Parts: sequence; structure tokens; C-alpha cells
Amino acid sequence: MPIVPLSDAIREAVGDGDTVALEGFTHLIPHAAGREIIRQGRRDLTLIRMTPDVVYDQMIGMGCARKLVFSWGGNPGVGSLHRLRDAVEHGWPAPLELEEHSHAGMAAAYAAGAANLPFGVLRGYRGGDLPARTRVATITCPFTGEDLAAVPAHRPDVGIVHAQRADQEGNVQLWGILGVQKETVLASRRSVVTVEEIVDELTPVPGAIVLPAWTIGAVCVAPRGAHPSYAHGYYDRDNEFYRAWDAISRDREAFGAWMGENVLAPVPV
Amino acid sequence: MSYTADEMMAIESARRIGDGTVCFVGIGLPSLAANLARRTHAPNSVLVYESGTIGSKPHELPLSIGDSELAETADAVVSVPEMFAYWLQGGRIDVGFLGAAQIDRHGNLNSTVIGEYDHPSVRLPGGGGAPEIALGVADVFVMLRQSPRTFVDELDFTTSLGERVRVVVTDLGVLEPRDGELTLTQLHPGVEPEHAHDATGWELRVADDLRESDPPTAAELSALRSLRTKGET
Repeated sequence: MPIVPLSDAIREAVGDGDTVALEGFTHLIPHAAGREIIRQGRRDLTLIRMTPDVVYDQMIGMGCARKLVFSWGGNPGVGSLHRLRDAVEHGWPAPLELEEHSHAGMAAAYAAGAANLPFGVLRGYRGGDLPARTRVATITCPFTGEDLAAVPAHRPDVGIVHAQRADQEGNVQLWGILGVQKETVLASRRSVVTVEEIVDELTPVPGAIVLPAWTIGAVCVAPRGAHPSYAHGYYDRDNEFYRAWDAISRDREAFGAWMGENVLAPVPV
Repeated sequence: MSYTADEMMAIESARRIGDGTVCFVGIGLPSLAANLARRTHAPNSVLVYESGTIGSKPHELPLSIGDSELAETADAVVSVPEMFAYWLQGGRIDVGFLGAAQIDRHGNLNSTVIGEYDHPSVRLPGGGGAPEIALGVADVFVMLRQSPRTFVDELDFTTSLGERVRVVVTDLGVLEPRDGELTLTQLHPGVEPEHAHDATGWELRVADDLRESDPPTAAELSALRSLRTKGET
């Protein structure tokens, strides 16, 4: 599989109206890919992500999204996502439909998608007001009679993740906190993986997993492509940026100016 | 030695973590309390973060549940589906910490919305791991600053159930379930009962054996203050 420029990979993989999952549980969040989707002006996306933090706050604020499927939408350790809140509370820049799950439900839905099953099953969603507001059903175990929760599998049109590195053939290696990245790639019809670097050989790293090249649609080199998130072994999480984002994103105009200067203006690499 | 209400809250919560306890920890006060316990009386407690790190021993407090420090110092790092399926649902966690925007007298929590779900006045981050943590661990510890806005007669939304809430540690005192209702069992030093009543949006029950929390010891305070959040100067 060829290593392709990020702009080409996103143009090829992501169309208006698609269901797209950019994953990365605090670590390896594919920010460079998110910014490229914004630059290409995609619209009406259904965005799936367990923790829609700054990357989705930017995409939602720039009008890329029609719907959000998620389980926790905040700025970790800081507070609210102001663009997400503005969309939900005031319909700005466009109304945002929500499909809300628990983390356990989202994880089960990704795992089911990767396993080519129609739904995931878990002991969850019991009681409370969430079940009435989301897509979950009760099924009975045929062996024990226990009632369990069933969540529809995630089958995104496009799954996008970031990883530490790939070899020339496009085999991808990632390590550290792995989140649901493997499940996202395997559950999606098309996939794009951005990496910090291409190396000659994927030498073993403790706890690392490899996604073989033939499971991936496109591999793109995007150094610091997870920033302000981090890439274990390459650079740390930019906690200062997450704190700064609170002020940048609070105000529509400040947000627009920041995006214009930092995302729309630079020519994609 | 003087101390803040938040410090009292963290110390009182930490005291309730027995040595060897496996704790599911969130960011903020729970992380502070669990790390304090690990550094003082409970060196063998196991800190589990929902990002997939098991047995993390951070030198500095993380800002997010996925900071690299948590993975680097962990006994094991697992994927998020594995964390929720094998470890939480698998029944391997003793204590889960939860916070919320609202709590009711039964320990049910709201971290979803203020106002109507479809037209919220405040859209909160949402439940995250809370719905399954609340019913998947043996004991739920809640840490919340007490005010009438937070301790409400009726939740705007029920995100997680209070069945397994064993203790609620606040900046004013401690509430524990007695006969199915959260009851004030401790007041922190210097807090008057009226203060707790005023900060509660329902008719607060007070235990007959209400006692005063032990003030923080010098050792507890010094251990607590040695814990800095990563990135803070």
C-alpha cells in the first residue's frame, strides 16, 4: 500500500454526509487529519468518538458535523467544550443531533463492528434516563435468562487514527494507551492512518500492536499529527494548549480567528 | 496547620481507601485522593484509569486520564474495550470514584444536562464511564462540593444509579446511606450543622452518632501538597 499525502487520503476517503470516527483515547488523537477535514470543507458528517475533545470541538465549530455519537464530551481536566455546547444549546453554527452512550457501550459497539457482528452486548445501561434517549435494547441471555444491554455495532464509513510509525509497506505500529484505535480501523469500511514517521523496520516495543498494511486504506506521514494530544515516545501532551483552548473556544469570534490563523491559512503538507 | 476545604475532602476520601484496594479513578479530586492514599497508608492500593492503565504510580498528578505518565508507570496497559469488559464488568474493581453536577438523596447522579435533555440550559460532558462504574464496582465513593445547586431534591437527568454509593465526601462533611437515604454522619472541623443543611436541597437527615472528622495530620497535608498536577508551575 502506498504512503500518500494526507490531503489526498482525506479527499479520497471522506465525503459529505459520511459517518466518520476519529479515535484516540487522550493519546494519539488524529488532530492533523481533523484539521485536513476542516480545510476540505466537509459537511453533514456524523461524527463518532468516545471522547469528542478539542478535535471535534474544532470540527463542530467549523460546521462539519450534523450528528455526534459519543460518551463523554469535555475538555479533560479543564471543563466544557464550548463549541460543542454552543451547537447543542444554541444551534450554532448548525444544530447538532446527539446519540449519547456510556463508555462501556461505545467500546462494545466498536468491538462488535470489528467482529462483524450487528450488535455488542454488555451488562450496562440499567436504570437512569439514558436508555430512553439512545439506541440501546434489552436482550435476554438464551442460556441464563439474564437481561443484558445490546448496542448497535459501529460501522463507520471512515475510521481515522494516528500511530507512532509505519514501515515502507504501510504496516502500522502503535503503543502506549491504545484506546479503541484497532477496533475503529477494523470496524470501518475505509480507513486512514497518520503516523509520526516511516521507518525501515518495525522493531519490537513492549505492549505494541501492529495493524497489517492490508487492513488499512491509506497511510500518511504527519509529524506531530496528534498535537495537542501526544504520541508516546515522541512528544508529550500539550496540557498548556488544552488549558488555553478554554479561552480560545469560549467566544465565536475568537474561535473563528484562531481557526483562520492556525488551521485554514497554513498550506497542508 | 491551616488547610483548605478541598484538602480536607481529599484527605477524608483517601482515609477510606484500604491498603490493597483496587480503585477506578477519575481525574481531579478522585485522582488526588487515590494517589494520596497510595503515598500514605495504602501503598499497595491499585489505581486503575479508564484509559486502560492498571496499577499506575504517577509521580505527578495527570491532567487527563490518558497522560503518558499513567501508562509509563502502569503494571499493565489494556485497550478500552478490554478495560470495560474484562476489568470493570469482570468484577475486578473494588472502589469506583464518581463526581457529578447533581446528586439526590439516594446517591443517583447527573452528569448529563441541566434543564431539558432536548433543550438544555447547560450541556454537561455526559456520563462517560459512570453508568457502568456505578453498578460494576463493589463500592462507589462520591466526591462533591456541597451546595443547593448540586445537592438537589430532584435530578434534571439520572445518569447513574446510587445503589452502590457507600459514602459521599464533601467540603463540609460526610454523608452515608442510612435506611436508603444519604445521611450526614460527619462534619469537618469548624463546620456547623446549619451550614450543611443550607447547602443541601432536601431536608437533610443527620445521624444520631454524628461526629467531627479528624483534622488533617501534618503528614497527610505534606504528602498531599507534594502531589503536583503535571504542567502546573
